Amino acid sequence: MPHVKKTPTRAAAKPEVASAPRPPSLVRRIWDSAVLRGPIVPQSDRDRAFVTVHTLLLHLRPVKVPARAIRFTHTFGLGGASLVLLSLLGLTGLLLTLGYQPVPGTAYESVVGIERDVMFGTLVRGMHHWSANLLVLVMVAHAARVFLTGGYHGPRQFNWVVGVFLLLLVLVSAFTGYLLPWDQLSYWAVTISTGMLAYVPLAGESLQRVARAGTDIGPRTLVVFYTLHTSIVPAILVFALAFHFWRVRKAGGVIVPPPRDGEPVDDEKVMFLPHLLVREAMLALVITAVVVVLAAAFGAPLGDRANPGMSPNPAKAPWYFMGLQELLVHLHPIAAVVIVPAVALLALVLLPYITSDDEPAGAWFLSPRARQAALLAAIIAASWTVVFIVPDAALSSRLPSFSGTTGFVARGIVPLGIIAGVLVALARFVRRRHGLTPNETVQAVVVFLFTAFVVVTMVGVWFRGPGMALAWPWQGGH
Amino acid sequence: MEPDRRRSLRTLWIGLVAIATGQAGWIAASFLRPRRADASAPALFVAGPVDGFDAGSVTAFPDGRFYLVRLEDGGFLALHRECTHLGCTVPWDAAQHRFVCPCHASQFDITGAVLAAPAPRPLDTYAIRLENGLVKIDLSRRQTRQAFDASQVTS
Ligand code: HEM
Ligand code: FES
Repeated sequence: MPHVKKTPTRAAAKPEVASAPRPPSLVRRIWDSAVLRGPIVPQSDRDRAFVTVHTLLLHLRPVKVPARAIRFTHTFGLGGASLVLLSLLGLTGLLLTLGYQPVPGTAYESVVGIERDVMFGTLVRGMHHWSANLLVLVMVAHAARVFLTGGYHGPRQFNWVVGVFLLLLVLVSAFTGYLLPWDQLSYWAVTISTGMLAYVPLAGESLQRVARAGTDIGPRTLVVFYTLHTSIVPAILVFALAFHFWRVRKAGGVIVPPPRDGEPVDDEKVMFLPHLLVREAMLALVITAVVVVLAAAFGAPLGDRANPGMSPNPAKAPWYFMGLQELLVHLHPIAAVVIVPAVALLALVLLPYITSDDEPAGAWFLSPRARQAALLAAIIAASWTVVFIVPDAALSSRLPSFSGTTGFVARGIVPLGIIAGVLVALARFVRRRHGLTPNETVQAVVVFLFTAFVVVTMVGVWFRGPGMALAWPWQGGH
Repeated sequence: MEPDRRRSLRTLWIGLVAIATGQAGWIAASFLRPRRADASAPALFVAGPVDGFDAGSVTAFPDGRFYLVRLEDGGFLALHRECTHLGCTVPWDAAQHRFVCPCHASQFDITGAVLAAPAPRPLDTYAIRLENGLVKIDLSRRQTRQAFDASQVTS
């Protein structure tokens, strides 16, 4: 029991024995008092449990975890990856604040200065950029994993809601950060994104003025975005994250997958230290390396200084809002920027409460037949989305315009009605053809919508050229 | 008597906390409310002599954020340069004889009327005054419209 420090007392009690163990060195005593009071390199499970419980960071984790739950392909470590990227953002962001000046007259120049005059400035800025973009991707993937393994029922219901909130916070972070370089890209991306707000019925104008901190994007916008980006949102994020992790722990960790064929059915557990900790540390190192390599190879983009008189052609929102911008080409603005996002967000938040808690969960895609149905839904969604987008774009000048009530019906209510009809038909079809349970049916529908959204986003990001006309990615313009 | 007093004291406290919370919320909300638009911009913008603009011409005034249009019949229109869709700056494409928005491909004709969606309405206008042979534009108030009609033209 190396962690019970009785040695000094015993040594004092028997001073006459020549071979008495030496009292611990001063360094060792300071170390013991400050950190562990235990073995530095634990040798037994008992020691490992002691270290786990008695270290500030490690004590947030359980001593033992279910063996099947730490299988890499069960979670792909996506939640941990998000945390690593967030930490990288915090560290690189703090460094950037030392060189950045949030005033339109100097913001762009200060970023140029960071790139040109600061040792490793380009690397740090590149790491911040790549971590931010990867974080959005990884968090979406994390949410997809939780959804597809059914990890949002029962005690995990509310943590799903917290996760949605975290994703929104990160989008706000990424978006407010986007404006800071004050180049053509950022200025117009923010103009367009905040321009979408004007379509919210009744409150649109004032919402837009709140988001821009004025009627136009100017010095006040920059200060507000900077403060949100570097203080307000990070502060909220830290608390929301802590709550998220605490609830994971309270729910007994991640959902445990059922045993694979031939695997023992028992609930074997393994020590957190070293099995899970080592994997997590490895993942953190790999991700950091990926970010450093991307940053060194590609850096972060910086266009010309912002020029309010000239929109670049084409002008695009940040990629994670390109799905919305693409919808705007096809749908009436109220449908594209109010109805679709509001319904999607509401559905996302309510998902745990409108699905069944009693069905088995934990396996990817819930069951083999549900996996087939989900695959089918994804294929239909991807192909149909393309089939709808291309002719709609070609005909758009001849289709009814967006103005007036007719426009709202023709380009809003009708297409949304068709989509709703398709979803109902799809649900019935897969349910009957594949014999799905209610949750598996919901899964197919969500996979359909998510795939369509991904395709729409990809079209906007890669297949829109000058004038936002459809174009091949290699024809330039993005 | 005692319980009664306790109850009213408790109500009083709850009321005070509610009032304090309301005040704090009000202060925060007022602080965050966007300020009134700058009134510092000059209201009357002098574009130049009437004869300086050819019929069928479009002249950009970056400082005033508008285009001065002279129609074939000699009438004037001042068009706000922001696309009514999402606020991009629309350039005049002389070759195609129309305004083409780079952001989502809206197009407007020389009067600002929508030729191609997604813009929901024509470009906004400013009132024009022709005084002493000069074209003056009143930038203090932007006018929205649902369609183009001849009454919007100053001649
Ligand atoms: C949730 C985490 C965060 C995200 C998603 C994020 C995202 C971004 C993005 C997308 C940019 C624009 C840079 C570019 O891509 O070219 C940016 C810039 C910046 N960020 Fe962050 N950031 C985060 C956290 C932070 C934190 C915690 C700080 C500091 C306390 C910070 C400080 C800055 C500064 C000073 C800039 C301007 C410098 C530049 O544009 O290179 N960020 N951020
Ligand atoms: S801003 Fe002009 S078409 Fe969207």
